[in-house]
Amino acid sequence: MISRRDFLQVSMAASAMVGGSGFGNWARLAAQQSLTQDDLLQFDTFGNVSLIHVTDIHAQLKPIYFREPEINLGVGEAYGNVPHVTGADFRKMYGIEDGSPSHYALTYNDFTSLAKTYGRVGGLDRVSTVINAIRADRPDAILLDGGDTWHGSYTCHHTEGQDMVNVMNALKPDAMTFHWEFTLGSDRVNEIVEGLPFAALGQNIFDAEWDEPAELFKPYKFFERGGAKIAVIGQAFPYMPIANPRWMFPEYSFGIRDENMAEMVTEVREMGADLVVVLSHNGFDVDKKMAGRVPGIDVILSGHTHDALPEPVLVGETIIVASGSNGKFVSRVDLDVRDGKMMGFRHKLIPIFSDVIAPDPVITKLIDEQRAPYLDQLTEVIGQTDSLLYRRGNFNGTWDDLICQALIEEREADISMSPGVRWGPSILPGQDITREDIWNVTSMSYGEAYRSEMTGEFIHVILEDVADNLFNVDPYYQQGGDMVRIGGMAYRIDVSKPQGSRISDMTLLKTGEAIDPSKNYVVAGWASVNEGTEGPQIWDVVEDHIRKKGTVTVESHENVKVDGI
Amino acid sequence: MEFTRRDTLALGLGAAAVAALPMQVFAGSHGGKVDEAVAAFTGGAEIGEGGVELTAPEIAENGNTVPVEVSAPGASAIMLLATGNPTPGVATFNFGPLAGAQSAATRIRLAGTQDVVAIAKMADGSFVKASSTVKVTIGGCGG
Repeated sequence: MISRRDFLQVSMAASAMVGGSGFGNWARLAAQQSLTQDDLLQFDTFGNVSLIHVTDIHAQLKPIYFREPEINLGVGEAYGNVPHVTGADFRKMYGIEDGSPSHYALTYNDFTSLAKTYGRVGGLDRVSTVINAIRADRPDAILLDGGDTWHGSYTCHHTEGQDMVNVMNALKPDAMTFHWEFTLGSDRVNEIVEGLPFAALGQNIFDAEWDEPAELFKPYKFFERGGAKIAVIGQAFPYMPIANPRWMFPEYSFGIRDENMAEMVTEVREMGADLVVVLSHNGFDVDKKMAGRVPGIDVILSGHTHDALPEPVLVGETIIVASGSNGKFVSRVDLDVRDGKMMGFRHKLIPIFSDVIAPDPVITKLIDEQRAPYLDQLTEVIGQTDSLLYRRGNFNGTWDDLICQALIEEREADISMSPGVRWGPSILPGQDITREDIWNVTSMSYGEAYRSEMTGEFIHVILEDVADNLFNVDPYYQQGGDMVRIGGMAYRIDVSKPQGSRISDMTLLKTGEAIDPSKNYVVAGWASVNEGTEGPQIWDVVEDHIRKKGTVTVESHENVKVDGI
Repeated sequence: MEFTRRDTLALGLGAAAVAALPMQVFAGSHGGKVDEAVAAFTGGAEIGEGGVELTAPEIAENGNTVPVEVSAPGASAIMLLATGNPTPGVATFNFGPLAGAQSAATRIRLAGTQDVVAIAKMADGSFVKASSTVKVTIGGCGG
């Protein structure tokens, strides 16, 4: 007899082999300049069920550059574990050769030169080609979208998500869950969801007034595939009303609700589910904790924290798959489901190298149709950059530094704050900055740039509060984003301390003096969750700034000193 | 930033030490009032764990109205405390012998991040408690 655990471990090794040998081959093939679409798609179809996972696309219809994080700190049990491993440590962990395509796709080092070698990533027309290829192997593969799809670009903002709905519908997903979608406002979300040709799932989407499951969003959906009954349970982003403006969707309540998740798992098992899949927007650490607390989940398809992992992480008998962001990756998970059990799996994280994978012309045409009415606006060149512009990471990226500087100069502020969101593609040194590029890192339905006075003490409270939302040792108390980005001020953070004692040495850069708790400072920022925030839109502030500069240069500096790691 | 194995171990130990600290339910600026309320309810009897379930969000969506549920099969009464509020006492639910279920749900206002505590008086006169930390945060910055 071979136990289920043995099966998992055997297939885990097989999965590692598929991934590992794939990486090695790509390095050699790339050196011979012969990396092909077939290499990227190579997969020995396995078992009787295939899942395809895309997540956190953030409305990136076209290929982009996206630099993975340099700083991604885990605290508590997450310390030193994926996804909190970056750069050379990450490559070593997965046996990725320096300079290889996987190095470029999965880590941050030498980003500019590798980007010039390997080109842009993503593009939903390329994603479509990959999905079509998987469906050619397994016609009834289940395509699952982890959310953060209808947000993040100029066209998405101006069409209130319709461009993404049109293109995604053409890819024919089977189910979806949600986060930023709700910042379109509940009326618009309801309108789109009512017309969706696939399941809109979220076991944790509740009616705020009655604290009962919301009618429009079902907790799960059943699929019959390869002779097996598969239940897909949705898990929307738990902290939407906290991380994003509650007043935009007051009818809805969220939360982790893992006791309800456990009830749903029991319910679908009793209804005969052979395989339980959770389509999650929890973020990776929350998914890991949930996998350890809720028994009976076979697969968690993890979104929100934008992590791209070449192998699933095993928690008990649950595998957690993380598929990156911005259309940069597609995960394929083949499963052997028999006798009411997951007996084994094979997995591949497929990077969407846009110069290697041929676009699907049907989808290219559809994308271009969405963009056509706005093309002049999108492509207008606002300036150039001498520096690599990127955002992703726990602390300020260079895009954030540029935005913070724009806020200080355009809004005549002492200090500026920019939200620690994880979305936003990168721009290479020497590239033009178009209006589309600015919108890719700023667009949202609450982009007003406020200007107000805050005491030094209050600024400290804000930093402590946000830091606890990132570095609380219990993932269930982490609220969602990376650290708030700060301009005009330096500070020190000890990530190992509890809330209230992490932040110290706050210094006003323009004077070099310590921040006085009782003194007022002029603070400019954007993306306030408070209703009625007034000010110009952040994309206009940034555009004005870049236009004046012509060419922007972001000096590398270390205004945030990190301790406790 | 360099990650060393030693740092990993040190931080791991630090986290374990924090986890092992006794739960400071009754500490804080309003600890005295909490102690008084507990003493009045239990008459100073020892309080055990288990048998009472407290469901509260990890992070409050709105600190002014936080949904909280308590359930203790076989209990005759359940007291609910917000240990960090100026007035910690929230409610005491009494269940008569004909009660179909010993559970209750309400919404409470929380002054800040704090532990919410439920103490149940069981039919045999013993007491059990459950506690849950609810974080109240400024919000924003959602990734």
